[in-house]
Amino acid sequence: MTEVAQNVKWIGENWKKEEVLHGKVFTFSDRPQARYAWDTGEAIGRYLAGFKQGKILGVRCRGCQRIMVPPRIFCELCFRDISEWVTLKETGRIRTFSVCYVTWDMKRIRKPQIPAVIEIDGASEGMGILHLVEAPRGDKPWERLRAGTRVQAVWKPKGLRRGAVTDIRFWRVLTGNANAGH
Amino acid sequence: MTRVAIVGLGFVPAQRKTPQYSYREMTYRAARQAYEDAGISPKEVDCFITCAEDLHEGTSIFDEYTPDQLGAVHKPMHTVTHDGLVGLACAWMAIESGAAELVVIEAHSKASNILTLDDLTTYAMDPALTRPFSLSPHFVAGLEMNAFLTQSENTEEACAAAVVLNRLRAGKNPAAAYGGETTVAQVLRSKPLSAPLKEAEKSPTADGAVVAVVASQERARRLKGRPIWIEGISWISDSPSLESREWGQAFYAQEAAAGAFRMAQITDPLREVDLFEVDDTYAYKELQHLEAIGLYERGKAGRAVLDAAQGPKDFPVNLSGGCLGRGDLLEAKGLYQIVELVLQLRGEAGKRQRACARRGFALSWRGVPTTSGAAAVLSKN
Amino acid sequence: MARRVAVIGAGMTRFVRRAKETSRELAFGASRMALDSCGLSLNDIDCVVHGTAPDAFDGFHMKGEYLSDGSGAFRKPYLRCYVGGGTGVFAPIQGWMHVASGLFDTCLVVCEEKMSSCQPHPQGAFNSIFDHTTERPLGPNLLWIFALEMNRYMNAYGISQRDIAGVSVKNKKNALDHPAAQVAKETTVEEVLASEVLAWPVHRLMVSPVSDGAAAVILAGEEKARRLTDRPVWIQGVGWDLDTSYWTNRDLAYPQYVENAARRAYRMAGVREPRKEIHLAEPYDPFAYKELHHLEGLLLSEKGKAPEDLARGRFDREKGELPTCPSGGLMGVGNPIAAAGLMKICELFWQLRGEAGKRQVPGKPERGLAQAWGDLMQVGTVVVMGIK
Repeated sequence: MTEVAQNVKWIGENWKKEEVLHGKVFTFSDRPQARYAWDTGEAIGRYLAGFKQGKILGVRCRGCQRIMVPPRIFCELCFRDISEWVTLKETGRIRTFSVCYVTWDMKRIRKPQIPAVIEIDGASEGMGILHLVEAPRGDKPWERLRAGTRVQAVWKPKGLRRGAVTDIRFWRVLTGNANAGH
Repeated sequence: MTRVAIVGLGFVPAQRKTPQYSYREMTYRAARQAYEDAGISPKEVDCFITCAEDLHEGTSIFDEYTPDQLGAVHKPMHTVTHDGLVGLACAWMAIESGAAELVVIEAHSKASNILTLDDLTTYAMDPALTRPFSLSPHFVAGLEMNAFLTQSENTEEACAAAVVLNRLRAGKNPAAAYGGETTVAQVLRSKPLSAPLKEAEKSPTADGAVVAVVASQERARRLKGRPIWIEGISWISDSPSLESREWGQAFYAQEAAAGAFRMAQITDPLREVDLFEVDDTYAYKELQHLEAIGLYERGKAGRAVLDAAQGPKDFPVNLSGGCLGRGDLLEAKGLYQIVELVLQLRGEAGKRQRACARRGFALSWRGVPTTSGAAAVLSKN
Repeated sequence: MARRVAVIGAGMTRFVRRAKETSRELAFGASRMALDSCGLSLNDIDCVVHGTAPDAFDGFHMKGEYLSDGSGAFRKPYLRCYVGGGTGVFAPIQGWMHVASGLFDTCLVVCEEKMSSCQPHPQGAFNSIFDHTTERPLGPNLLWIFALEMNRYMNAYGISQRDIAGVSVKNKKNALDHPAAQVAKETTVEEVLASEVLAWPVHRLMVSPVSDGAAAVILAGEEKARRLTDRPVWIQGVGWDLDTSYWTNRDLAYPQYVENAARRAYRMAGVREPRKEIHLAEPYDPFAYKELHHLEGLLLSEKGKAPEDLARGRFDREKGELPTCPSGGLMGVGNPIAAAGLMKICELFWQLRGEAGKRQVPGKPERGLAQAWGDLMQVGTVVVMGIK
């Protein structure tokens, strides 16, 4: 049995930490000037306008009858136009969550963030959005949250809402979660 | 080997801005139109391909956002970071390999949403060797135009004439965003961008989306529409290096065209092909490309363009108005060329219709700083 | 019937945290090794397919164009394709289409990623994978979504972090025998569980590292392959599948898109009973739970039962009935995204030719499978390879 790697000179050499620290690594820095102004289009434009008014809007497809959020003007499964808008509730259930202790550049944060997929009441089952849940007290928040925990949107004051998903500050756990869990 | 055809087409007319819809909604419109045109449902499609670049979209791993607007959920789908013509080549290969019978390709531009397009293009250049000069990316076109004019003895007037001609033609094309009248003198008087290149010689950007349905011969026969056959397809990259590339002659265009003509068994393009859509992202590119693909001898394309701009001459090049008249649609440039060819070959080109259009040719280029191009030959028979 | 296509050569660089080589040099290094492995020169190559995930790591717009010469594409038909993290196993599928179509006889497939160029942290390249309007304003990072998926998987089937930690242990150990590995080590379930929590339920030792590296394979049509080598490894089946981008509308407990991709690949390869007919697998393992999640999607374990299979040693390299990630996978060898996926194809090539040295799976395996995954937990790419 031969090993292919035996006769190979491997390419890919790591800089050692000392070499980096002592300035042996010669680098050129550049940052892309990448700025955009994305057209929200009809569906997301209306969704965000709803946020400004303190409403979560969804749409219903006449084909599959799904009530969907985030809204869209076409059904990706039936591939047909959608024109029926529905106002959803501002409560929902946690489908899944995480407790995140690091920022994107891997710095530790003391107060963890709790991202979650939240199934919105009034939408079809399984229709969720990504948002943040208010951290419960204690140092192991995952012991206080479960899939199925009921939550409610906490809106920014009207004057501070600007038509963005952050017009909801976070979702707060509703008390009396006796029926939590699937 | 089966033959492969374009059996359905949908597109949004090129526009300066499209605030009325998101990229998804815009592409969905094109897709609906394409599927109706082909008489198919997306559920029947075997494989989907999008042509896109992350930084043009402002999204990393943009292929995440490609399936829904095409009806491609739970289907084989991938993204190619190239011009739409290379997407067409991928569709061709997917069919010839037996992996698919029916393929959908899509490319779009939301250039109006990019606030810093020139900066992004600069970001495509070498970080250590080129970017430190902080030049506008169009300097690459300036260098090339200068080399091309010197080597070929074409004139700046002839380049300006390409702008006049293509803007005029775009006026007859409802899918073009920049139709209008201008003169050689006006173009020459426009501000220098990177001399000898002038402001008016650069295609302005536009928004739009194209979706095409491609099928094997067997599958095409069972569909209602009239197929337009892909007889030749070819693509190639030259050198990415600004330092060591061959300036002046578009090697990629020469080789891509030669490959497509060879595959289509065309030996005399001028006689055997009835119309040509060649990339004119910058005005000189039209001349350079016409010479590279062998339609004119070196130094002769300029005269032909000048003549055509002066009066009614038979000059079947960029009847659509090209990029100069339609707009630069980023990755969708090549598919808008395909739109023109298909409409002409079907006899649906309205006021621009060329009589006896049986066979058409398209050549696309990726834009600065690249030397990558693709070519296709389409035929109605 | 399309013509058969074989892998006839493979190469890769070491996977390292911060390479001295530039992006182009890494791509060149892997390509050169692949060419040398089958005694070819660049003149023998008809076309080149490049695979890389986001442009943002290396710091280029149109990264495919910039890397073309390093990838051996000077004056050749060349394109870059991608499906996020699934790219490494998709690029050879694109290469397969190039050759199987009859347009080309040989194809060089190269995948490269130099993540260390992206400062202050390569994760930055992932911040812009989220929907620009409905998600990015929340400040999400990549760990969030995988933690959300892992939690949903655990919750759906009653799986614990302990059940999953064994993947890290197995793969990091397997990687000790890989000469190109970045994070090989002997470790224990206890150590994995004691490593810090990054985004619960994900611990640090359940995540693959940030890496620089490249990998390459040479593909050839049947006639050419038989002339160039007496041990071609055939691409028997390919499959890929993309789910909706509305990921918050899906059930993350099961990767249906992986199953769809696998079923297409099995059908093409004539595989009816994957658990019997696949002798080794390289499922995609950027996070420990992903290997298990994917083995279920690949129909190689029952839904929710992969952790049990792992615990009883079914996936062990030396004694297991289905060795998985014999290379050491992304958890052990490293994860330069697209290159890591193609590394799995290289591993199948070496294993099926009996050239994997200390990593060699016993029992002369005849057929293997490689799989990758990516985007917003949305794409599955599968290649089945075999010696017959």
